[in-house]
Amino acid sequence: MSARIEALASVIQARLGESAVRRAAVPGDLSFDLPAEGMLPALTLLRDDPELRFEMLIDIAGVDYLDYGRTEWRTTDSANSGFGRGVNASGQGGSHDGPRFAAVYQLMSVSRNERLTVRVFCTDSEEPSLPSVVDIWACANWFEREAFDLFGIVFHGHPDLRRILTDYGFIGHPFRKDFPLIGNVEVRYDETVGRVVYEPVQLVERILVPRVIRDDNRYDAALKDS
Amino acid sequence: MAEIRNFTLNFGPQHPAAHGVLRLVLEMDGETIQKADPHIGLLHRGTEKLAESKPFNQSIGYMDRLDYVSMMCNEHAYVMAIEKLLGIKVPPRAQHIRVMFDEITRVLNHLMWLGAHGLDIGAMTVFLFCFREREDLMDCYEAVSGTRMHATYYRPGGVFRDLPDFMPRYEASRWRSQKDADRRNEARSGSLLDFIDDFTRRFPACIDEYETLLTDNRIWKQRTVNIGVVSPERALQLGFTGPMLRGSGIAWDLRKQQPYEVYADMDFDIPVGKGGDCYDRYLVRIEEMRQSNRIIQQCVAWLRANPGPVMVDERKVRPPSREEMKGDMESLIHHFKLFTEGYSVPVGDTYAAVEAPKGEFGIYLVSDGANKPYRLKCRAPGFVHLASLAEMVEGHMLADVVAVIGTQDIVFGEVDR
Repeated sequence: MSARIEALASVIQARLGESAVRRAAVPGDLSFDLPAEGMLPALTLLRDDPELRFEMLIDIAGVDYLDYGRTEWRTTDSANSGFGRGVNASGQGGSHDGPRFAAVYQLMSVSRNERLTVRVFCTDSEEPSLPSVVDIWACANWFEREAFDLFGIVFHGHPDLRRILTDYGFIGHPFRKDFPLIGNVEVRYDETVGRVVYEPVQLVERILVPRVIRDDNRYDAALKDS
Repeated sequence: MAEIRNFTLNFGPQHPAAHGVLRLVLEMDGETIQKADPHIGLLHRGTEKLAESKPFNQSIGYMDRLDYVSMMCNEHAYVMAIEKLLGIKVPPRAQHIRVMFDEITRVLNHLMWLGAHGLDIGAMTVFLFCFREREDLMDCYEAVSGTRMHATYYRPGGVFRDLPDFMPRYEASRWRSQKDADRRNEARSGSLLDFIDDFTRRFPACIDEYETLLTDNRIWKQRTVNIGVVSPERALQLGFTGPMLRGSGIAWDLRKQQPYEVYADMDFDIPVGKGGDCYDRYLVRIEEMRQSNRIIQQCVAWLRANPGPVMVDERKVRPPSREEMKGDMESLIHHFKLFTEGYSVPVGDTYAAVEAPKGEFGIYLVSDGANKPYRLKCRAPGFVHLASLAEMVEGHMLADVVAVIGTQDIVFGEVDR
């Protein structure tokens, strides 16, 4: 299994050159980072090369790395000394520096029975954009509309980039990490006006379980086999 | 002469054949579709965003509510993604239980699909027949998890509990005599496995019954043959998976090609269509039910012979037993931590997919080492299939739109998420 993945990885590395960076992945997965410029020829190559032939696009997932590795556990108003809380403020979890938005493409080869994950970062974090892959895989159409709707990533060259999942006239991109979970507006039917009205949201957001990053040595790959 | 123009027709969102809340804006030339524009998102609940605010285990129940006619398959993809990141192995008995319930779910889903699809294009009786068998399978869900639909039965590391020794029974009431209740309880006198075993013996005859109504039915054929034809090349381009892809003649099934759990040990066949039309996809799904029945039988035989743990022995994900918890301080702490804070999943990202009844249901999971997912993305087969609706109905009649929606097996819980 792993020998097969290594073989595939070396083929991809040879075809795409230095620009493709292999990422650490769990056993059985193969994942690469590609730069946004030149991604279209690279992805076309992944689809058409007789030794790769990823003829199917399974999924495009937008990711917002704004809060990556941050916890909600605030210890400012309690003592820092005394009992250990087992929480490391510096973050033993993942850390991320670099562009904020990424699109993660899941590719599959039906003829060769392989899978591949490709992550592409949007260079500009203020106005994130990527070239559209609709001309390579037709099913990217709705996936890209979804990533545009939820994350605000603009896909250049997309034939029909509209919102898809949110309400008509929705403002904002709800899956961004700085978009509140409870939203900004709420709707109700107003009898006096005789239509549905939008109002600022009245709910108060509660965090029932704080987000905590713990380092659990038992899942450390280096320690596991020993 | 009067000027003839195309007109725009709004189909749904409140239409019985729209399978939920699909709004279609159709541009019509007489009764022929020129252009179709599906508007989705009316059932968007932000499942993926909600999951980011909850510990891993608390989102399992949300997965049931995605594709709410193939509940356990969704859970399966989710727990598989977590297991992959944690690097834990599931005990074989739990794997067999999962495979068995995946296949029960597949039959449940296909029965729902067959009934609804039949009803949409004019076959009333099939619907009633299908719901008769669905009732039995939902009782299996109930026996094992306590609920008929939203089971929340799979857990990272195994399943919630072992199979029960008894089945829920009918009781006599004002509307049902004791004699009637006894007759219905006959199959329910033994354990859950006995009941499932009995079901798998009865079920092939039931499939024959549906087939007598439809397979050679002239009206059924007129409504489905050569409707919504998709070539194999186009099916790949459009990202089709599951019966939609197999109907177009590509023998691709994750259970065979990339076997997970114990599918590699199971003996079953993959039906493949020839023409890629609605009728072929119907035949593929009917045959899949027969194959699922075979897999269930094999699982029942294995599960009878091999008792064992159904949850991995790993304190981080498995709650300690009640007895341990009362007597042992460390177990109490583990119990408390697991149900308040949950467990932290190592840094990384992975994609796990299962062959759900509708196609490939996948979960892309990003973890930054916290007790909640950093990002969860559900790859719903229905979303991809619906995206191709515009292409599939172009040039067809208005009535065929309903046949194509039916053949795609759309459920809005997963399309809108």
